[in-house]
Amino acid sequence: MNQESKTKRMVGTALRFRSHGVAHPTQSFVRSCMPYFLVLLPFLFFSCEREERTLVVQPPSAQEASLPQVSDLAPGPQHNKAPSVSNPDENNSWMMAEGKRFYEAYNCVGCHAHGGGGMGPPLMDEKWIYGHEPQQVYATIVEGRPNGMPSFRGKISNDQLWEIVAYVRSLSGLTNQWAANARDDHIKGAPPPNSVPEGTPHNSSEPQP
Amino acid sequence: MLNLLLGFASIACAAVMLAGVAFAQPSTPADDGQWTMPAKNFENTRYSGLDQIKINNARDLRVAWTFSTGVNKGQEAAPLVVGDSMYVVTPYPNILYALDLKQNGAVKWKFEPEPAAAAQGVACCDVVNRGCFFDKGKIFFNTLDDNVCAVDANSGKLLWKTKVGEINKGETMTMAPLVVHDKVLVGNSGGEFGVRGWLTAVDANSGKIAWRGYSTGPDADCLIGSEFKPFYESDRGKDLGVKSWPPDHWQIGGATVWGWISYDAAQNLIFYGTANPGTWNPELRPGDNKWACGVFARNPDTGQARWFYQWNPHDEFDHDGVNENIVVDLQVDGRTRKTLLAAQRNGYVYVLDRTTGEVLSATPFIRITASKGVDLKTGRIIPNEEKKPQIGKVIRDVAPASPGAKDWQPCAWSPRTHLLYIPHQNLAMDYEGVEASYIEGTPYLGVNVKMYGNGGGKRGEYCAWDPVQKKKVWAIEEDFPVWSGTLATAGDVTFYGTMDGWFKAVNAKTGEVLWQFKTGSGIIGQPTTFLGPDGKQYVAVLSGVGGWAGAVVSGDLDARDPTAALGFANAMKDLPQHTAKGGTLYVFALP
Repeated sequence: MNQESKTKRMVGTALRFRSHGVAHPTQSFVRSCMPYFLVLLPFLFFSCEREERTLVVQPPSAQEASLPQVSDLAPGPQHNKAPSVSNPDENNSWMMAEGKRFYEAYNCVGCHAHGGGGMGPPLMDEKWIYGHEPQQVYATIVEGRPNGMPSFRGKISNDQLWEIVAYVRSLSGLTNQWAANARDDHIKGAPPPNSVPEGTPHNSSEPQP
Repeated sequence: MLNLLLGFASIACAAVMLAGVAFAQPSTPADDGQWTMPAKNFENTRYSGLDQIKINNARDLRVAWTFSTGVNKGQEAAPLVVGDSMYVVTPYPNILYALDLKQNGAVKWKFEPEPAAAAQGVACCDVVNRGCFFDKGKIFFNTLDDNVCAVDANSGKLLWKTKVGEINKGETMTMAPLVVHDKVLVGNSGGEFGVRGWLTAVDANSGKIAWRGYSTGPDADCLIGSEFKPFYESDRGKDLGVKSWPPDHWQIGGATVWGWISYDAAQNLIFYGTANPGTWNPELRPGDNKWACGVFARNPDTGQARWFYQWNPHDEFDHDGVNENIVVDLQVDGRTRKTLLAAQRNGYVYVLDRTTGEVLSATPFIRITASKGVDLKTGRIIPNEEKKPQIGKVIRDVAPASPGAKDWQPCAWSPRTHLLYIPHQNLAMDYEGVEASYIEGTPYLGVNVKMYGNGGGKRGEYCAWDPVQKKKVWAIEEDFPVWSGTLATAGDVTFYGTMDGWFKAVNAKTGEVLWQFKTGSGIIGQPTTFLGPDGKQYVAVLSGVGGWAGAVVSGDLDARDPTAALGFANAMKDLPQHTAKGGTLYVFALP
C-alpha cells in the first residue's frame, strides 16, 4: 500500500468515527473541506512527529574526566580531583625556549608583558584566576576567558600550545628549574625563569570592575 | 525636565548677578555656574568664572559630601553639573550616575549600558572613560565596547545607542564626546592594536552616523578635499595617507582619536589630535605615516578637513598627538593672533595659528633627548639621530618616555593670569625594537620599553607656563606623575590631584599650595567647579587610581617585570606602597 492511499484510509476512518454523533450540516461541511485537508495532511503529519525518547542520550564529545577543575570547591566528602596532566615540555629547555618565542610571536607579550602583565594579568606572580595546572593554562588559552582573554582556538597548533603553557608556567617557577630559560636576549627585564623561586600558586578572584 | 530648566534658569540668574559684582575684569567671561562638558567650554580652557573660593580662603575648604562609584578602576572622568544634577560616568562597566545636588549627591538615577566584558581585554591602558557631555537635555557618552549612548538627562532613559567600532579589531572607546551643531563627535582608541583611527559624527537626535573621517588611507576616506589647505609643503599632495606608508600598512596604521576636541565657533572648525601610528616600532613603517601624530582642523558639519599639522612625522616613540588644543588668542611678536595652545606629548608647548596650522613657537617644557627642536620653517620636528630606534638594540635615555611629557591629562588656561597650567610627568626610557606580528585584535607593538625618572628629576610636575614669554613661571614637583586634570578659576585658585591621593588648591599666580586633602585613593580625574543649588561654589573630583600610569595598582601588576604596563610599571614600582584601588567622588566647599 502506498503512502497516499494509507493516508486516505486513515482520514476516512477518522471521519466515520466522528460522524456518529454529529449533525448532518456539519458532516457536509467536513466533506466539503476534505480536499483542503488532504492537501494539508502531509504537513500535519510532518509537524506532529513524536519526540523520540531514549533512556540513554549520546552526550557531546566533551568528557567530564578530561576537563580541568578551576574551583577549589567540590561538594561532598569525596574530592575527585581532575587527574593532573603532566606536560613533558616542562622538562625540556628547547621546548620552553620555543614557548617563549611563540609567546612573543602570538602577541601574548603585548598584554601580559614578560610576566608582569599590563592589559592582561601578570603571569609571574602566585595568583591564578583560572588555575595554574598545565591543562588549566591550556584551557584558558584555547577557550579564552570572559573578562578579556581572547580565545585562540584553531589559531595555534597543539604542539605550540603546550610549549607556550610550559613557558607561561616557568615564569612563576612551576616548571623544572634545570630546564627553564636562563637568559633573555632583550632589554633587561624580569628575572629569568630559572632563577624565579618556585611559587605557591593559589586561585585568585576574578578581575573586579 | 521642567525642574531641570528651572534649576538651570535660577543658577543662570544667580551667575549673572554674581557676574555683575565679581567680574569687573573685562577679560573674564560670565559664568553660569555649571560645568556641562569635561573641558568646561568649547575652547577647552577648563576655566571657571566662579570666584567664591579665593587665595585667602581656600585653606578652609572641606568635604561637603562623597559618593562611591562602585568601580575600582582608574577614574579619569570629569563630574558634570547641569542645573541641580551632577553626572558621572565610571570606568568599565561605564555606569552613568545622575546625582541630586539638593540632597548631597543622592542617586537620582543610574544607567548601565552593560558593555561587553571582553572589551576589557583590548583596552590598552586600564579601562578608563574620560567623561560625558551634556547638550539640549541629553547626556552623551561612549562605552568601552564602542557604543555611543544618548541618555535623557532628566529621566535616565536611553534614547539611542549606536555601535561605531569593533572590539575584535582591537577598537575601544575611552574619550569624551564633543557635541557641535547636533553632531556627536567621537573617536576610537586602539593604537596599540593596529586599528585604523577615525573621528565619527553621530547625529544627536537620531543616533545615525553622519560622517566618518579616517586618519589614514585615501583622501576620500580622510575627508580631505578641495577645502584642505595645510600650511606646510610636506602635508600637500594626493593620498598622502596611503603614500606615506609601506604598501597597505595604512590599513593597520593606528592614528586613533582618543583625546580632546576643541571648537572655534568663529571659524566653525573643530581641532583634534591623532595618536601614534600602528606598530610602535618605527623601523617597520618607513615614511611620514600620515595622518598620525598630528592635528586636524575640520568643519564639524561635513567633516571636511581644513588643515593639518604633524607634530611627529614618522613617530618613533609612541608620542601620540591627541592632547588638547586650547582655543585662545595670544600676543605673538606684538600682535594678537588666533592661536591654538598645546602642551604635547613630545615635550614641546606649541603655539599654532589656528586659521592656518602654522607653528608660531614650539618650546620644550621638560628635558628632551628624543628630538633637537622644531624647525619653524618646515614645521618639522628634528629627530635626534642618536636615539633612532633599532631592532635588537636598546636605546637608553630617551626623553620623554612613551607617555610623553604630558599624556591625556588636560591643562587649564586662565585668562586672568594668562598662564597655562600643565599637569604632567617627567620620564625617560630604554627603548628596544623587536619584531611585531599583526594579529587582528591583539597588541601590535614591536618594542620593549622600560621607563624611569627623567634626568634624575622627580617623576611628576604641575607647572604654570607663559606661552608668550615661552617660559615656566613656577612649578610644583611631585613624586609621581601628575596624571590628573586641572582647572583654573576667577578666584585665582587652581586645582589638581596626585597619584598618592592628595587633592590640592594652588595660588594661580605663585604656585603656593593653599590647601590639600588626602582622598581615599590616587587621583587621576578631572576636577570641576560649580555653583550648588544653595549658591555656594563647590569643587568636585573623582579619586581612584589607575590609567596607564596607575595600572600597576588598578591591574595588580607585578613590577618585578620592568616591561609590565608597556614599560610604565618600572617607573611606578613604589606606587602600591602609597595608594590602593578606589572609586569615590569627593565634593568640597567652604564652610
